Parts: sequence; C-alpha cells; structure tokens
Amino acid sequence: MTALPDAAEPAVQAAGPAEETPSSRGMLRYALSKAGGALFSIAMVVIGTFFVFRLLPGDPVRNLAQGRNMTPEQLDLERHRLGLDQSLINQFFDFVGDTLRLDLGTSYEYKRPVLDLIGERLGPTLLLAGTGLVIAVSLGLWQGIHAGWRHGSRFDRFSTGTSLVLWSVPTFWLGLLLMMVFGVGIGPIPGLLPFRGSESIDAPDGFAYVLDVAAHMVLPCLTLVAVVYAQYLLVMRSSLLEEVSQDYITVARAKGLRDDDVRRRHAVPNALLPTVTLVFMRIGFVVGGAVTVETIFTWPGLGQLFYEAVSVPDFTLMQGTFLLITVSVIVMNTLADVVYHMIDPRVRSA
Amino acid sequence: MSLLELDDVSVTYRIASGEVPAVRGVSLSLDAGAALGVAGESGSGKSTLAMALLRLLPKEARVGGRILLDGDDVLTMKWGRMRAVRWAEASIVFQGAQHGLNPVRKIGDQIAEPLLTHNLAKPDEARRRVTELLEQVGLPAWRARSYPHELSGGQRQRVMIAMALACSPRLIIADEPTTALDVMVQAQVLSLIKELVAEHGISLIMISHDLSVLADVCDQLAVMYAGRLVEHGPSREVFREARHPYSKALAAAFPTVGDPGSRMAPKGLGGDPPDPMQLPGGCSFHPRCPVAVDGCSTLDVQLWPAGPGRTAACVHARAEEEVS
Amino acid sequence: MTGVVMARRRLAVSRFWADFRKQRAGVAGLVVLLVAVVLALVAPLFIGEGVTSVVSGTGPKWAAPSLDYPFGTDESGRSILLMVWWGSRTSLLIGFLAALLSIVIGMVVGITAGHFRGWIGATLMRVTDWFLVLPSLVTAMVLAAILGGSTFTIIAAIGVTTWPTTARLIRAQTLAVESRPYIERSKALGAGHWHVTTRHVLPNVAPLLLASATLEVASAIVTESTLAFLGVSSNKTSWGTMLRGSYDWGAPTQGAWWYILIPGLAILAVVMAFMLAGRALEAVLNPRLRRAS
Repeated sequence: MTALPDAAEPAVQAAGPAEETPSSRGMLRYALSKAGGALFSIAMVVIGTFFVFRLLPGDPVRNLAQGRNMTPEQLDLERHRLGLDQSLINQFFDFVGDTLRLDLGTSYEYKRPVLDLIGERLGPTLLLAGTGLVIAVSLGLWQGIHAGWRHGSRFDRFSTGTSLVLWSVPTFWLGLLLMMVFGVGIGPIPGLLPFRGSESIDAPDGFAYVLDVAAHMVLPCLTLVAVVYAQYLLVMRSSLLEEVSQDYITVARAKGLRDDDVRRRHAVPNALLPTVTLVFMRIGFVVGGAVTVETIFTWPGLGQLFYEAVSVPDFTLMQGTFLLITVSVIVMNTLADVVYHMIDPRVRSA
Repeated sequence: MSLLELDDVSVTYRIASGEVPAVRGVSLSLDAGAALGVAGESGSGKSTLAMALLRLLPKEARVGGRILLDGDDVLTMKWGRMRAVRWAEASIVFQGAQHGLNPVRKIGDQIAEPLLTHNLAKPDEARRRVTELLEQVGLPAWRARSYPHELSGGQRQRVMIAMALACSPRLIIADEPTTALDVMVQAQVLSLIKELVAEHGISLIMISHDLSVLADVCDQLAVMYAGRLVEHGPSREVFREARHPYSKALAAAFPTVGDPGSRMAPKGLGGDPPDPMQLPGGCSFHPRCPVAVDGCSTLDVQLWPAGPGRTAACVHARAEEEVS
Repeated sequence: MTGVVMARRRLAVSRFWADFRKQRAGVAGLVVLLVAVVLALVAPLFIGEGVTSVVSGTGPKWAAPSLDYPFGTDESGRSILLMVWWGSRTSLLIGFLAALLSIVIGMVVGITAGHFRGWIGATLMRVTDWFLVLPSLVTAMVLAAILGGSTFTIIAAIGVTTWPTTARLIRAQTLAVESRPYIERSKALGAGHWHVTTRHVLPNVAPLLLASATLEVASAIVTESTLAFLGVSSNKTSWGTMLRGSYDWGAPTQGAWWYILIPGLAILAVVMAFMLAGRALEAVLNPRLRRAS
C-alpha cells in the first residue's frame, strides 16, 4: 500500500481535530484585547478632547466669542456656564463624569442638549453615508477586481486614470460642479435635481415622500461615492494584482477552471478580505467626505451639525459631535479588525 | 504511439525591451507509463516548457512547434477542449507547495474542485474520493477540513499530489516537487510519487535542478541549458557518465548519498546562466565550459547520437562517438 | 572611504534619474509642478496682494471670460485669473509646509520607533495607530477652529493629523535597513544610536521620504482647500477661499461656472502633478510596487 506513516511530522498530526477549542479561545482573547485597545483609544480621545479644548493657546471663551461683541459680564457668565471658573482638575472630572453619563452639555447656539441634537441628525447621516458607502464599496470593488484581473487592458487604464483624477479632486469642488450642472442647470439645460436639504418644504406623504428624499439624495450621494469609490478601486486593484501572480492561481487554471471561475473562486476571496478591512479602517476618510458633502448640500445630518458648530463656533456642540464621530470611527475600526480575524483562516489560528 | 510528443517546441516572451527566447527547439517524447526527468538550472527553460504543455504561460509568451498529447496538438486546441484536457488528462504538482494551495479554502474543497469542474463526480462522491486520495498520500481524512497553513510543508506537498491524482490523469507533471522541503520529507515525498505513479500506470514528467533526484525516480533524463536540450538518454547512464560537460557539472553538484568520492570532490560550476536576451554565439555553454575548444564559440552544436539511445549536444560527445 | 561612498551615491542618483525618466506620467507631473512653483514664486514681480482686494476690483461684476478677463470676474469685479495666480502662493506654501511638518514628525517617530524596538517603539506605534484612526479632516477642523484660522494654524492642523502614514512607512523601512548585516557590524564596532540612525538609516529611508513627501503635498493642498472652503481658515486668498467665496456668493445659481471651474482646475492640476510625480517616485524606489503596476 502506498499510504506512508507521517513519521516526520507526528506532532502536527497529533494536534489534529481537537485544535478548534484553543483556536476559538484565541479568537476571543484577540477580540478582547482589541476591545481593550479600543477602550483605551476612546479614553485617550476623551482626555485629548478635554485638553485640546481647554489648554490650547487662547481663552476658549474669547475664541468662541470671536466676531461677536460680548461684555465682560457676558464673558464671565459664559465662563461659568462652561465651568471654566473651576480648577482644571475639577473641570476634568466633571467632564469625564458627564461624558460617561452621555451628558454632552447644552448647545450654545440651539440652547438644547447636544445629545438631542445629535439624535435628530443621526438618521439623515446614516441614510446618506450608508447608501454612499454601500454604492462606493460595491462599485469600487467590482471595478477594482476587473481592472486588476485584466491589468494593462484599456478598461484597467481607464479605471486607474479616472480614480487618480477623482482622488485628486477636492470633494467640495466636485459637489459644486454637480450642483451647478444638475441642480441649477447650465445654459439651456434646466436643473434636474434638488440640491438643498433632504426634502422639499411642501414634502408629500407616503411613497411620494420617499421619492422626494431619494431625489434630494442623488447629488450628495453621487459626490460622496465619486470621491470614496476611487480609493476602494485602487486598493482592490493592487490587492488583486498581488494574488494574480501567485502559484495557486496557476494551479486553478491548470485544473481546467474557466477564467471567470479562477477569478471568482480563487483570486477574489484572497484579495477581498484584506481590502474590505482596509476599506473600513479608512472610514475616517468617509466621515470627512460626509461632513463636506452635507455642508454643501445642506443635508441635515451630523456632518452639517458639526460644520455649524465649527463655524458659529459652538464650543459644546463641536466637542460633542467630535467625540461622537471619533468614537464611532474607532469602534468601526475595531469591528473591522476583529471581523477580519474571524473570517480569514490565514490569521484566524495564527 | 507515445503519450506525449514535443516537436521543435519553442517559447518566446515578448516584453517591452524585446523578445526573450526561453525555450528553443525542444523535441522529446514520452511513452505511456514512463517517467521522464528534465534537469537544468533556474532559467534554463525547464519550468516554462512544463507550463507550455498545458498552455499555462502568460499571454506575453509565444509558443511554437507542436505539442501532441495523445496525438492531439495542445497548441491548436479550442479553449473548451483545452480546459477539458487540463487536469483530467494531465495534471501538475507544483513547486513550493506553500503557494500552490489557495490559503483561504479548505484542502478538501481544493482536491474536489477538479472533479466537480470536469463533472467527474457529484458532491458526495467527490467527498468520498477526497478521503480516498488523502489516504493514498498518507494523510488522515479529517485533514480535508484543514486550511493549508495548518499543515507542514511535507503535508502540503502530499495534498498537492493527492490533488494531481484526483481525476486519474494519464500524465503528471511535477515541477520541483521537493524543493524547499527538508531532506527526510523530501525522500518520503519522492518515494510516494514513485509508488503512486507505478501503481496507477501514470506517466510522469519531473522537473528538478537536482540530477540525483531525477535519476532516482525517472527512466529517461533530459538536460536543458539556456532553453535547449543538451543531453538526453536513460537516466542512470546520463547521471553516471554524462556526455555533455554541463550534465557532468550538474551531476557533480549533488553528491550521491553514501558515495564518499562525490563528497570529497564537489565540482560546482562557475559562472551564471547566460542572459537569454544576449545568448553567446555557437554553443551557448562555451563561456562556462571547462573543455571548450576553438570551434565552440562559432559552431552551433546540434544533438548528436552519443551512445545507445542517447544524444548530446557537444562536439566532444560527437568525437567520442565517431572514435568508438 | 567617503570618496567611494560619494561616488556610489552619485551613481545611484543617476541610475534613479534614468529610471524616473521612463515614467512618462511622473515626468509630466514634475514639469507641471515645477511650472506651478515658478509661477507662484515670480508672481510678486507682476502682481501684488492688491488683486485680491475687494475694493480694487475694477472690472464688471460676474463677467464671463473675455479678452480683458480671460477667466472672468467674481462678485466684486476681481479678475479670477489674477486671483488664482496670487492664491497659488498661499495654497502651495501651506501645501509644502504642512507636508514638511507631517514628514518631519513622521520621520522622527518612524525612525525612533524602528530603531528603539523595546517599549519606546511599542508606545510610539500605539500613539501612531491612535492618530491614524482619528478622522483627520474632522480633527483638523477642530484644531483650526480652536486655534483660529491663521496660515500657521492651518499648517499645524494638517501636519499634526497626517503624519501617521509616513511614520508607519518609515518604521517598516527602518526595521528593514537595520536588519542588514553592515548595521550589525557598525553596532558591534561601537556605533551609537545617533550614528546608526543618521549615517545609515536616514540615507536609506531618504528616497522613500521624498516620495512620501510628494504625495503628502498633494493631499495637504486638498486638505487646505477643504478647510478653507469649510470656513475655518479665514485669512489669505487661496484656491480654497476662492471657492468658498464662489459658494457664499451663489456662483452656482448665478451660472458663474468660471468662478467655480478655474480655481478647482488649478487645485486638480497641481494635486495631480504632485501625485503622479510621487507615484512615479514610489514606483522607481519600491520594486515591489513596480512589479505590481
């Protein structure tokens, strides 16, 4: 019989089927350590926010008052309202305590709790950024896969060229152009799409309302997608190029698989995992894009709220939105990392 | 009729800076059930030749000549037919098994894949066949659920062999199957290949830079240098008393285990293989040849008979033949 | 000894240039960015701050491009052409200085983290990763808003939020360089930290730093224009503040396409030039990338 004992490698074999338990325990340990890291990062963000907002040169109240006339009494009142007349240590503990209780203070501009404002604006942002992200990821990955698979082809050169241009375009400028061409209309062409807010003033009910919001979303979404998807395309393409030259791709061809199957079953699964992770690691970039896009198209989301806070400026509102945005980015990052470790067999048991 | 026949096969890569000849006019044949070893340094064109057999070269490569597999020319086949031939009639065991297996797919799925692709089995039959194949190469059935990185190098190479056997092909091409394995495992894998090939009556083309390995496994040996065949003949004779100085150097580069003589005098070959874009005139080997004579730099040496069933492309071999 | 080193470096530079010249897009980018830099530098010889003054606008308001005003005028009758020319000084200056700041921080952190591999390196990488995760535009906006929008602040805000990528790259390169045998030898001969990092590591990471810096300038120019557009930098005329003005004054609804198009195209051209040059540099310097593209 041809079966040979695995004499040279008994240890590996002995570790056989029972290795699932330590592996999943390792996974749990990994997830916990990542969560710990994230908590640490969040703590650093909270502390950092506190000091940045209070210790940087200049009196925060004066900074905030720029452009407005305020009497010394008003300044004192404002200082007291912000707790700035207390000692730094006391301020710090108050701040941490409040933040932990999710009390983000009261907006100077709106005279309302920051958390309530954020709550109102969260929905539109999730709708816009979520839709944009889904489209950008699917389009970017699809095009990146096809460009990388046929690298050097006309499609590849076209895709890479477009992405490089889009990558260089400032988001807001693209938004302005789209607004001018499709919103306002140019020359004899009338404007086709609404470009202010998320719904018409006389918004209809029911399904017509959905259509109305969708129409309002086209331009901001298009702008966001255009800028974000170019990055995904480039990352996916180079990731696929790494895989194309691997031996196992040649093996798959040698097995008699169709070209499409070699791509779908072998190259893409390998290239996809790291790419998707990278994509979600860079979610901060999408956030930046969302702030810009919401500002231009006056989309009533978190980004616009943050922009308002910065331009008023509204100290507590800016601090609250900044904390929320940063913490969500950290959480998403950590999730992406942990999920990657869970689904990629190469790192799962390593 | 022989199973595989190569007739004046040449491969040229077309790159930006010109044309690179990788294989130049190689003719060989292989009978059913026979084992042929192809030896040469890296860059000698041996792996390119192997890839050309199933048209696996990148599209920059131009393949000339004829490659007859069972009388059918591989180079003029339609793509559908080509895909049907791949793996079902001829499969490949790749070098460095660490990259030959897809890192994110389970071993069992990868072994079963050609069976399902060629509609040779239904999923449950394929699963049974995978178990059977794993047993044949000495791996337990539960290994089917493992991922490649969970296996040692030797085990991965066994998986590659099991995979190559999956469709019961008539020909297996083994490209450096034991490179990057340690000596003990190397010996195990070699004897595994030898036994399986003999048991199933499969023809084998084995590619290596190690002449002693090839001489151990194969009946016939072909030595390549700079894209050309420089010597061909029964493996023992070629290994023991090579006629071409390059084959001699290759044979001497790997000491025979247990032979004190070869350990005392390891004769490495000086210099590097030539740049395929600037091949030396005459015999390509003459700049490195220890026994080159005046004519070697101008005379294009062909394969000449060099003993019973043997050929060699060297003026000395011809001279010896004419003397005897 | 030093003569040999110099000769070897000179040879490396000439070989590098020969490689770079083969990257056609990179050469085109280099030409465009040189032209842009020269134009920005010579601007004071022809025009002055005055072209950006609201009161000195001499032309008609919202004039479409004509012979007198090749790129039209804005809401106060200022020439877009001259403003874009003058604004290039601020945009490029901020781009260069912010990139420089970012690269210097990244280099120091990267080399230190790569050289001292113990807890110092670990801590530095932890900090780097933390900064890497922060959404950079949002953070830069907060910093600029708190510090006030001076040129200096904008440079600091961009520099402080963008260095982590460089730091990671340089750390990896430092690790690679320090694992080479001659560094071991140098250490064995008693070379100190300063000697190893400045004499051996720095020359080896310098080319990559250059490529990284070029790409960094591109993204700093975009970030500057975005910050200016979002109103956190409130002073000098730059391409970003021009676009802010076009938005504030309703250029899209006025149909004043030139007011939007021209400053944006200026950004696009310069950023693409930097990026193409940077990618070409990277491709020449990093064989791994070269093979993939």
